[in-house]
Amino acid sequence: MSRAATPVTADAISARDPVLDRKPESRVWKKFRSHRSAMLGGVLVAFFVGMAILAPVLPIPDPAATDWGAVRQAPSAAHWLGTDEIGRDVLSRMIWGAQASLLAGVVSVLIAVALGVPFGIVAGYFGGWTDAVISRCTEALLAAPFLILAIALAAFLGPSLTNAMIAIGISATPLFIRLTRGQVLSVAAEDYVDGARAIGLPTRKILTRYILPNILPPVLVQATLTIATAIIAEASLSFLGLGQQPPAPSWGSMLNTAKNFLNQAPWMALWPGVAIFLVVLGFNLLGDGLRDALDPREQ
Amino acid sequence: MLSFILRRILIAIPTILLISVFVFSLQKLLPGDPVLAMAGEERDPEVIAFLREKYRLNDPIPVQYAHWVGNAVRGDLGMSLRTNQPVLELIGEKLPVTIQLATMAMIFAMGIGIPAGILSAVRKGTVTDYVANVVALSGLSIPNFWLGIMLILLVSVKWQLLPASGYVPFADDPWRSVQVMLMPAFVLGTALAATLMRHTRSAMLTVLTSDYVRTARAKGLSERRVILKHAFRNALTPIVTLSALLFGELIAGAVLTEQIFTIPGFGKLVVDAVFNRDYAVVQGIVLVTAVGFIVMNLLADVAYVLLNPRLRSQT
Repeated sequence: MSRAATPVTADAISARDPVLDRKPESRVWKKFRSHRSAMLGGVLVAFFVGMAILAPVLPIPDPAATDWGAVRQAPSAAHWLGTDEIGRDVLSRMIWGAQASLLAGVVSVLIAVALGVPFGIVAGYFGGWTDAVISRCTEALLAAPFLILAIALAAFLGPSLTNAMIAIGISATPLFIRLTRGQVLSVAAEDYVDGARAIGLPTRKILTRYILPNILPPVLVQATLTIATAIIAEASLSFLGLGQQPPAPSWGSMLNTAKNFLNQAPWMALWPGVAIFLVVLGFNLLGDGLRDALDPREQ
Repeated sequence: MLSFILRRILIAIPTILLISVFVFSLQKLLPGDPVLAMAGEERDPEVIAFLREKYRLNDPIPVQYAHWVGNAVRGDLGMSLRTNQPVLELIGEKLPVTIQLATMAMIFAMGIGIPAGILSAVRKGTVTDYVANVVALSGLSIPNFWLGIMLILLVSVKWQLLPASGYVPFADDPWRSVQVMLMPAFVLGTALAATLMRHTRSAMLTVLTSDYVRTARAKGLSERRVILKHAFRNALTPIVTLSALLFGELIAGAVLTEQIFTIPGFGKLVVDAVFNRDYAVVQGIVLVTAVGFIVMNLLADVAYVLLNPRLRSQT
């Protein structure tokens, strides 16, 4: 009998349909890797993350150290990107500023995900009055423009980087509630969820084992794209004086000071803006690439 | 159609009420007792008692809310602590400035975004499409306050072509007013142009593969006529509605743009109110902006129905 059965040989394995046999994760990774702009985004993000992490060990001057003998100096061998209005090294402040920007981007999105996903799951899965109340609150919060809401919250909470992150996180929460709710509605209607209910699995298990893993890919894509928005929002709040407070470095506050010295020291305004642009572009490219890689219609 | 509009207004009412709850509770986030701040350094108990009575702070919070929302419905959003002017009057003074900026920004955004989106869709997969997409993504990634600073540096400081800041009312000198607003409007319009470009491209790509476009081509119509008359007219519906929905982004973008170009509009009012701790103004602005956004949503829905004959017959 055993001889009659087709033996599984190396040839037979290689003759299998490569698309069907590949694990979904490796398919996603392969698709992502072939997405050139996504890889560029990944490189940009990795560069800035590396810069932020390595800031304490890099051979650069103290970002808060003033040098009154080197005020508003143009880029030179001693100060590659020049100095600011009180003689601080622009490159050093830019490198340390990456910490504030990336921290604000990631932490505020984590706040938004931590609040938005559970509310979205509850609204989408339980429906009824719970859904109606959560959905109306979400609509109300979405009606106030993101930045206006963040400015108002930061104003009432008081100016600091932590409060800016909370304000941005709360302002971005409705986005995740709406996204998660929509995803849960579609996943909860699947047969395997019906099956899980039919065999009597408790709701908590259905939510954590069946619903949550299946709604994560779009949440991940949205989170990546929202980090880009959050970084711009933190820079905007710091630019307005509602985020990172001096003398701690932040790209937004560097630009706020730089705008007063456009004539005398234009380099002060150039580099922090380039940094914001590149890191935001990186997250946008990464988010677009992830979306394409995780979209089953694109396979 | 009228019943559709009435239905939409009825749906908007609970949302507006929830926004009012949120805006009211913002005040409760404030650390410390606002009356102590208002009473000055002497903190005379009689003054404190008078202020508590005046602002109904002795009432339970739901009663305070009912009183506040009742006043808001009658157009009384409180008084500005700094200028002692009614908040609504203050907003009314600044709003025309921002409306002019927003209108000019929208003209820029549509003038750049829609043609670029059409071109990108028609030439899908070519260098033009690739360049348009890269430019659009860059437009979305550039912080508009930095773009503003860079433009001031180049156009005003280096080339001295346009003024770096200021505002001239349109009624006083239309030409000068437009000239002063040109650069801020371009800055504000850039990010919106990028969003419009991406949506126009996507709407056009859907329409270009439809049967009626294939039929129009089969009839021997010129490609220009097929694209502009048959495809674009049908792709316009989502673009028009999106333009109305960009209101929120316009107002938020105006906050920073007005700050950079020192334009005395709605956005600058927000920032000044924040720094002067003029909380009644901040609350008023959030409420007015949110209600404005809901109205724009309503208009977008109506426009969507009006532009789509199939939906028009259903309402």
